[in-house]
Amino acid sequence: MSLHVPTMAEKLAQGENPDLLFWVGCSGSFDDRAKKITKALVKILNHCQVNFAVLGTEESCSGDPAKRAGNEFTFQMQAMMNIQVLNGYEVKKIVTACPHCFNTLKNEYPELGGNYEVIHHTQLIQDLINTGKLALEGGATFKGKKITFHDPCYLGRANDVYEAPRELIEKLDAELVEMKRCKTTGLCCGAGGAQMFKEAEKGNKEINIERTEDAIETHAEIIATGCPFCNTMMTDGVKNFNKEAEIQVLDVAELIANAADL
Amino acid sequence: MMSSIVFIVLCLVGFGFATWNFLKIRQNVLLGQEIDRKGDAAARWKNMLLVAFGQKKMFSRPIPALLHFALYAAFVITQIELIEIIVDGVTGSHRFFQNALGSFYTFLISFIEFLSVAALIGTIAFLARRNLLKLPRLTMKELAGWPKQDANLILIMEIVLVTFIFMMNGADEASLNLTANASNGFLISQFVGPLFFGGISSTETLHILEQIGWWGHIIMVFAFLNYLPYSKHLHIILAFPNTFYANLNPKGQFTNLESVTNEVKLMLDPNADPYAAAPEGAVPQRFGAKDVNDLTWKNLLDAYSCTECGRCTSSCPANMTGKLLSPRKIMMATRDRLEEYGAGVRKNGKDFQDGKSLLGDYISEEEIWACTSCNACVQECPINIDPLSIIVDLRRYLVMEESKMPVELTGMLTNIENNGAPWQFSPNDRLNWKDE
Repeated sequence: MSLHVPTMAEKLAQGENPDLLFWVGCSGSFDDRAKKITKALVKILNHCQVNFAVLGTEESCSGDPAKRAGNEFTFQMQAMMNIQVLNGYEVKKIVTACPHCFNTLKNEYPELGGNYEVIHHTQLIQDLINTGKLALEGGATFKGKKITFHDPCYLGRANDVYEAPRELIEKLDAELVEMKRCKTTGLCCGAGGAQMFKEAEKGNKEINIERTEDAIETHAEIIATGCPFCNTMMTDGVKNFNKEAEIQVLDVAELIANAADL
Repeated sequence: MMSSIVFIVLCLVGFGFATWNFLKIRQNVLLGQEIDRKGDAAARWKNMLLVAFGQKKMFSRPIPALLHFALYAAFVITQIELIEIIVDGVTGSHRFFQNALGSFYTFLISFIEFLSVAALIGTIAFLARRNLLKLPRLTMKELAGWPKQDANLILIMEIVLVTFIFMMNGADEASLNLTANASNGFLISQFVGPLFFGGISSTETLHILEQIGWWGHIIMVFAFLNYLPYSKHLHIILAFPNTFYANLNPKGQFTNLESVTNEVKLMLDPNADPYAAAPEGAVPQRFGAKDVNDLTWKNLLDAYSCTECGRCTSSCPANMTGKLLSPRKIMMATRDRLEEYGAGVRKNGKDFQDGKSLLGDYISEEEIWACTSCNACVQECPINIDPLSIIVDLRRYLVMEESKMPVELTGMLTNIENNGAPWQFSPNDRLNWKDE
């Protein structure tokens, strides 16, 4: 199935203003693993005939890692350039599969003149299922499979979104098993706060190893995430324990796309 | 008469010295930068009622929460008795409200006695947790020395306070038994009195014991009040304003630096004059925080409110994997530096400098670079302290004023500036995934 990914520029040329902008993010655009998540979400959007578009080459880093690293200049430069583009296209609603972009666009752009309704992709998928636009049938079955959900900090604690991804996992008929630290007490994967882009400070353990241990303890076959950075960290953690054969790390969008045979 | 005068002098000195110290704390907090924490009063009152008054967040760990609640309830309710102690002290009366209130008085004192016993149990359990069970978060190296003594001292003061209450009520009970074959009928002291003081046959001795209990109690109350400004125990008061003024925005939302916004707008404005002089009277503002006076007053109130329980540190991913960062230590360091800086400002005026600063002398770069900004510390704090915002402001200073950061971050930032992504990819390749 070929993907239908119109850009905002193409839509504008056709005199259209799509209902939804899919903010792909840097990971989703460039990271090989995260690109698969991007495609899974596009398959869902295409299947449900959502009238969306992407910015394509007009998209630029949201500025999140710059802001977390303390460089407010770089952040605001990025934010203001992005806001010019977004406002130019009169964007109203944005979906993104990256909780860092989600948090930044939703919470930190308004003060700089960017006011949009921003949702995380798990919230969008939840809505598509609840309104009957997406049915989970014909695809891979997850019935009875043990799946644990790793809360991304910037989705959970930062923005209090805990239920949307969990509801989706339950829709798979899977057995949702919680780690000992979950939801408000969920443990970070170690990538946030610009740590993704630097070596960890001196310590006696990597954070993603500590977190992977939590996941292994649940005997889950799948670690579900909703963040490309968490995905990387958890995948590395699973590799560290040589458990790639037993435990998969998948984004919730991938689970849903699989179950719906997309 | 004499005792009334002594009592009044004690009250004046006790309240006076405490007030003087509390005003100093207020002064120190106001050395911080302005931040708007007005508005949405309903949400603020709700936060204060649930989180401070109702101790909602404590109950995520039920056992310490219950023990703590016993101490807290005893502390709050016992203040009612303090009213009588003050009336008795000033007028020289004995149990001023007993006749007027009748059986309600018996109930009230009994209730206070019940809570006092609960508090005693709580206090002993807390001492055991710190000194015998040696709970990891209560025995970390940042608590070595004064913080550990401070914690134990408060608990011991609690025990002494409760002991005086039962000495007062017990001796009173024994005296009543002896002279009138009657009883006050208070829940605990009607048994404790005869048990400890039943063997004493001199009403004079009993009276002296009762007086020691009474004076001991009120002296301890004032000692406690005056100890607070020097202690981590200040949270019993500051928890209330601290939760009231807590951040109401989503935790992921970092503050916007207005000063940067103005500069960036100039940079993006094609009509801006690059050689324009700064407006008259403009004071160059520091980006981020190097010292305590660069932080906001709420950060500083946070520091004074912290009771060093360490829930933040025990939930910190960096700390639990052996990194140097401890959010609790960030708060302790901020308070220590503020005490030093505030005293300096009072002595030498507003432009006081001692060559020291929060960043560098109290908090190291290694600590602040270990943070993942996961907000676990903010989530865990039972009174909504926000260590993360201090960490971020220190990072801002380092990066924007001193260009000091881990070398990989320099690369990441350069990439964002050059090609719009934290990695070295061409912006023209952004949509390549669609055809791969």
